[in-house]
Amino acid sequence: MPATPNPATAATGLNFPAGTALTARGLSVHFGRNKVLKEVSIDIAAKAVTAIIGPSGCGKSTFLRALNRMHELNPDARMEGDIRLFGDDIYARGVEPVIVRRRVGMVFQKSNPFPTMSIAENVTVGLRLNGLRDKKLLAERIEQSLQMAALWDEVKDRLNAPAISLSGGQQQRLCIARALAVQPEVLLMDEPASALDPLATQKIEDLIVHLKKDYTIVIVTHNMQQAARSSDYTAFFYLGELIEFGPTAKIFTNPSQKRTEDYVTGRFG
Amino acid sequence: MNPANRQPDRAKSQHGDSAFKWLTLAMALVIFVLIGLIGFELLRGAQVSMHKFGWRFLVSSDWDPVNDVYGALPAIFGTVVSSLIALIIAVPISVATAVYLTELAPQWLRQPLIMFIELLAAVPSVILGLWGIFVMVPFLRDPVFPFLQKYLGFLPLFKGPTYIGSSMLAGGIIVAIMIIPIITSVSREILRSVPGLQREAAYALGATRWEVTRIAVLSYAKKGLFGAVILGLGRALGETMAVTMVIGNSSQIVASLFAPANTLASVIASEFNEATGPIYPSALFELGLVLLGVTVLVNILAQLLLKTFAGPSVKPQH
Repeated sequence: MPATPNPATAATGLNFPAGTALTARGLSVHFGRNKVLKEVSIDIAAKAVTAIIGPSGCGKSTFLRALNRMHELNPDARMEGDIRLFGDDIYARGVEPVIVRRRVGMVFQKSNPFPTMSIAENVTVGLRLNGLRDKKLLAERIEQSLQMAALWDEVKDRLNAPAISLSGGQQQRLCIARALAVQPEVLLMDEPASALDPLATQKIEDLIVHLKKDYTIVIVTHNMQQAARSSDYTAFFYLGELIEFGPTAKIFTNPSQKRTEDYVTGRFG
Repeated sequence: MNPANRQPDRAKSQHGDSAFKWLTLAMALVIFVLIGLIGFELLRGAQVSMHKFGWRFLVSSDWDPVNDVYGALPAIFGTVVSSLIALIIAVPISVATAVYLTELAPQWLRQPLIMFIELLAAVPSVILGLWGIFVMVPFLRDPVFPFLQKYLGFLPLFKGPTYIGSSMLAGGIIVAIMIIPIITSVSREILRSVPGLQREAAYALGATRWEVTRIAVLSYAKKGLFGAVILGLGRALGETMAVTMVIGNSSQIVASLFAPANTLASVIASEFNEATGPIYPSALFELGLVLLGVTVLVNILAQLLLKTFAGPSVKPQH
């Protein structure tokens, strides 16, 4: 499918070095009568980290979930607009959410490994769902994914131990490995470190910076320093609207909107 | 506190409190006493039979009131087999219903379905038995049993005459109907307690609904579901009235499920009226003792399983 011409890219003046992974145009999401996301248009850079910031209830998590159709799990949810993943309309008729979610992985606020599975089984569960049975290939992917999630050295001697024997930070990195194992094109992270201690948070942030070499990452965060440290682009949402979007350095040092400035300097939020 | 500020009737109300405490304690103790008395009376009633037959009572298959010789094996066999049949029928139906109710059913359908299941639990056993005698058994006699025999007749389970109707299989089916509500509602509670985050984890990997149910819900809830099944078994073992009405009440051990049989409970219910002499009633008491022992053990097992299903929970994080 050919990529659609992109007026908003010109408008934002952004030129992504590795191209565009996701484009959202006129994206609105309603929950029942409540419109939580209002006509958002934004481009997400490929192989870069895009941070979504904004006060609670600004629609940032909803935006994230619309990118892999997770919001549809809520039966009251309804969306309008258009989202393209490398040119493919992910809401086109006949496109199964299951396929979209295999291309756009997700890591949640609270780690949620499958407690009845071992560490290794947690990593391979997505692959096994896709029908991969080859033991050797699975073993390769386990190592590769755990390496990428910076967990390999800590668990390589106990891959068959239950996933819940890990610490909170390790569990979250295991969830990242689980998402990476199916080799998604985009990785969505919904406040992935908000439940972790500073040391574990640091590890996750290092990991994010490391991962952008291969992956497109969109991360929702409450933590301004985290956004500033680990992202390339930052989008500021407020009351369901996209207020400002640009390179992270610009958003944090020289925002063009008063509300963005107030938020990043901690005057509200 | 300054004593002068006390309410004048304060002391009296404390008396009331302690009276209340002792009264409720006494009522609670009544339960223990009752259970103790039941056990004791069963034991006492069974003395004669226990002395006369010893352990042979449990392994002998003679049940012969004419010659006053009694063995519990056919009744134990019938209890176990009819309960197994009931579980084989009821567990898939109950667990599937629970899955449908928690994972798939549209909101508007959930409440009516739950209500119907609870209604089924409220049907008196004797009414189910009447339905069994007049509707189910004739229906089993023709066409169900001949059909089973035609296609599965190579198994010993489905050999033998099909025209009796009142049979082990009829008893098993009736028990299945009676334990479906309890297994369904306990399973539903178990499935509801699976955290939503587990489902989301599976969905985010691109799992279909069935896959989400399998990897995130059922495997998480395994232990609790097993507890629900054991709880159902506990009920199945002791079901009496409806079973007595359709199982045929014949003391024999045969492979055919089309043949009449009996259970510990059905023997007691159908024979206590005609039990005379010192030994016959005592043998019935001993059957009761066996039944009580087995059901208590099974129920304790079920409670333990359900209790340990606080879940293989994910560690809290800090």
